[in-house]
Amino acid sequence: MSEKHSVLVIGGGIAGIQASLDLSNQGFLVYLVERSPSIGGRMAQLDKTFPTMDCSICILAPKMIECFRHPNIKLLTYSEVKEVKGSVGNFRVKILKKPRFVDENRCTGCGICSDKCPIEVPNEFDMNLGMRKAIYVPFPQAVPRVVTIDRDNCLFFTKGVCKICQRFCQAGAVDFDQEPREAILSASAIIVAIGSKLFDVRKRSEYGYGRYKNVLLSLEFERLLSASGPTGGRLARLSNGRIPKRIAFIQCVGSRSSKDVPFCSSACCMYATKEAMLIKEHEPECEVYVFYNDLKVFGKGFQDFIARARDYWGVKYVGALPGKVVEDPETRDLIIWYEDVRENAMKRTKVDMVVLCPALVPREDNKEIAGILGLELDEYGFFKSKDLLFAPVDTNVPGIFICGCCQGPKDISESVAQASAAAARAAEVIALLA
Amino acid sequence: MERREEEVIRIGVFVCHCGINISGVVNVPEVVKYAMTLPNVAYAEEILYACSSDGLNKIKEAMKKYNLNRVVVASCTPRTHEPLFRATCEEAGLNKYVFEMANIREHCSWVHSREPERATEKAKDLVRMAVAKARLLKSQEEPEIEVTPSALIIGGGISGMTAALCLANRGFKVHLVEKEPELGGMLRHLHKLYPTMVDASEKLKETIEAVKSNRNIETWMLTVVKQVRGFIGNFDVSVQRGGRETANFRVGTIIVATGADVFEPVGMYGYGKYDNVITQLKLERLLKEGKLEKLERVIMIQCVGAREEKGRTYCSRICCMTSLKNALLIKGLYPETDIYILFRDLQTYGKEYEEWYRMARDMGINFVKYTLEKPPEVIAEHNGKLTVSVYDILLGEEIKVESDLVILSTPLIQREDAKELSQMLKVPLGSDAFFLEAHAKLRPIDFATDGIYVCGTAHGPKDVGESVSQALGAASRAAIPMAIKRLRTEAITATVNEELCKGCSRCEEVCEYGAIRVEEVRPFVKVPTLVAKVIEAQCKGCGTCAVACPIGAITMRHFADEQISAMIMAAIRGD
Repeated sequence: MSEKHSVLVIGGGIAGIQASLDLSNQGFLVYLVERSPSIGGRMAQLDKTFPTMDCSICILAPKMIECFRHPNIKLLTYSEVKEVKGSVGNFRVKILKKPRFVDENRCTGCGICSDKCPIEVPNEFDMNLGMRKAIYVPFPQAVPRVVTIDRDNCLFFTKGVCKICQRFCQAGAVDFDQEPREAILSASAIIVAIGSKLFDVRKRSEYGYGRYKNVLLSLEFERLLSASGPTGGRLARLSNGRIPKRIAFIQCVGSRSSKDVPFCSSACCMYATKEAMLIKEHEPECEVYVFYNDLKVFGKGFQDFIARARDYWGVKYVGALPGKVVEDPETRDLIIWYEDVRENAMKRTKVDMVVLCPALVPREDNKEIAGILGLELDEYGFFKSKDLLFAPVDTNVPGIFICGCCQGPKDISESVAQASAAAARAAEVIALLA
Repeated sequence: MERREEEVIRIGVFVCHCGINISGVVNVPEVVKYAMTLPNVAYAEEILYACSSDGLNKIKEAMKKYNLNRVVVASCTPRTHEPLFRATCEEAGLNKYVFEMANIREHCSWVHSREPERATEKAKDLVRMAVAKARLLKSQEEPEIEVTPSALIIGGGISGMTAALCLANRGFKVHLVEKEPELGGMLRHLHKLYPTMVDASEKLKETIEAVKSNRNIETWMLTVVKQVRGFIGNFDVSVQRGGRETANFRVGTIIVATGADVFEPVGMYGYGKYDNVITQLKLERLLKEGKLEKLERVIMIQCVGAREEKGRTYCSRICCMTSLKNALLIKGLYPETDIYILFRDLQTYGKEYEEWYRMARDMGINFVKYTLEKPPEVIAEHNGKLTVSVYDILLGEEIKVESDLVILSTPLIQREDAKELSQMLKVPLGSDAFFLEAHAKLRPIDFATDGIYVCGTAHGPKDVGESVSQALGAASRAAIPMAIKRLRTEAITATVNEELCKGCSRCEEVCEYGAIRVEEVRPFVKVPTLVAKVIEAQCKGCGTCAVACPIGAITMRHFADEQISAMIMAAIRGD
């Protein structure tokens, strides 16, 4: 019975991947739609994961490949959901497959075209800290491992000349005439797993992001730590390439604030602690400070993880949120001003580098996708659960389920558990149709 | 199972260019030429992309044309590509385990990109080693087992019931075992639930009715699990009802949803000594029963017996929100009641909970932040009033507050009988005594042992929504083997040479999967003879037992000592 039913999963991050694998392994046909060139999502960008300190891509890549190889999963990358009609048991979905200008079936991902391509642009995967070519694989473990031509930067598309990639492609995969294609799918149920985005920390101008070179976002810092990142894992100040000797993390940038984002983002205290430990592993001499408000240690093993950072690695936790960061224009060092409540005094401390931990906020296209699917968003703009307690992955539309960070901020474990929950509910409603 | 007949070994070696990833460094034609000189190599060829459909066809054609019965591909990592090449061998009519891979990309061309000549020599070494192993490769079978499409769910709280309903609605038979006389677990004791403020009892009633009326669910009340034998697909379960009647049934999967207890803080903050020092759970009951009287002042103390230096180091996750919720309920009943919450770090995580904190402050609830170093103290009692002193780190001074009631927020703790269950199922408990999942990140609901899953507070403190999510997740995980009905199990398993085995049980001690057990054989001999037996369906082929065996009685299929030795000898002797 179940073999005939298919489920559409929107979003190819860890939540979408897990939901797809659970369902396909139960015999359902899964359409996994991802708007970017590769599946993997945010987790692919992380260096390590807390509290086990696993290499993030190393534990994710096998799951990505499983999706690619699974006979029950149809992977639709570089694709978007444009229209959904029908109801549970019989959704009809219009998918737009954007042109990669490369034949996915022919491309072997050898990378010769990228080597030959003359155009270099900042690599989004590396949070624009590294470079990529105009024809590129976003990261080495990308799935599918095929190249994509970035139309906005390709010389042929901008100036009408070049095509050097096409000349060097031995597989004959480059196709400058590729058109956007539409496909109509039918699905019995739909799972939305499109994730969240980072709060725009420029709104908290007192911390100087964008103005001061050595003020980074935590996700930028992740790429800087990563062995596959732009520096090959070498920790360096962006202003001069030198190894930082004092680094400070600032928690709750935008979060827990009546002015910006009212809620807590759940994962930041722990990932900052992880990054702090990684600094110590890279550069044991480096002093690390974490400025926080309340340490969120609610998860399994979290408190022990903080204790390890503090007691074993010597990470210093400061119970204060800084008022401002000021750059010394000569040295590009950063002076952090904060109120030491315990001593009731304004204090300042000088560091080489500041890492901001921004709030996780709803994606800007949530409204559009909610509109297409007929879903309700909550007061913050996340997808709304039918009942936070007893139907956490159900929505207002029967047969459409949500999981991962598009429902609200959460860490990887919770996203994975919730993804399995969404898969369970999708399978259950399909079973009840009969 | 293993082929005994003498066969002529004919190995084919395929060396991949991987575009320029390999051939840009390694001299591929030279490696091919070298491979042809190796014993038993019947054919060698270079391929631009071995993994492309064109490349795979070439391999298949060569296998037929040259009558190859072993295949070596020298290319990239087996992690990503071995399944593909194995499948190609199967398509060509061979067993997939006669395939061997030499990684001359990650292990060679990529890391030695500046030394092409030495990289070429290393590629030859790697190919020679792979050929040496290929010569000794044997066909392996992946035993197939049938899965009983029913589940045992241990624990009839909200997690167990949620998982049961989900599986039952899919058509699977569910045995729901509860040791208490009624279903409901912890929710039976709770009043209103944050953040929706629904009555716990109301929702519980609905769920219990749904469970009872579902004909796929068989509920076993006042019942405990006595014994579980077998493995994924076929667990034989013995339960005991009412302490007497025993019953047996077979299930394909097991979900542990046994819940948690609440820590009783005897001796802390005057608990047990003063009647007006109570736990948060007691407060729930008072609120639920409408027995909370109007009080002038109430103090709640967070992290009582939690986030300790040693012992219960963990945070119990739900207490901060429970306190906020109950404080707001008290304010709703008696707006004049003065409420203090003494906390360390407020766990108002996620999108909903911070709002509650703001609401509580707006309603005039006092929050006092204290540290582990200077915890609050109940310093005096006079005419039923308790004096609590606390060092407020935000004020930087000690304050003393007199209160009518002190409420202690204590953590959820593992149940006493969990250890027994953990041993019975051969699933581990973590350092916090809660059930330990297979992987904190990517397998939060699975145990390392196949076919057994965990959800709810048995796994660690959680609120209702989180428990329900996890319970549905457990239903999904358990549905996988039951939906596909038949399972192929690992072919690369341990085998025991029973002649050599002395039954010392070291293998049993080190096996994380409960897949090897020492059993009595020849029971008619006066002194029992013990021998290790592998439960193949449970074995993951990790090899730990083979390493632990002091006399070398255990061999790993596909990674036999002779195969590994042949590779090592090929590497060091150069033949």
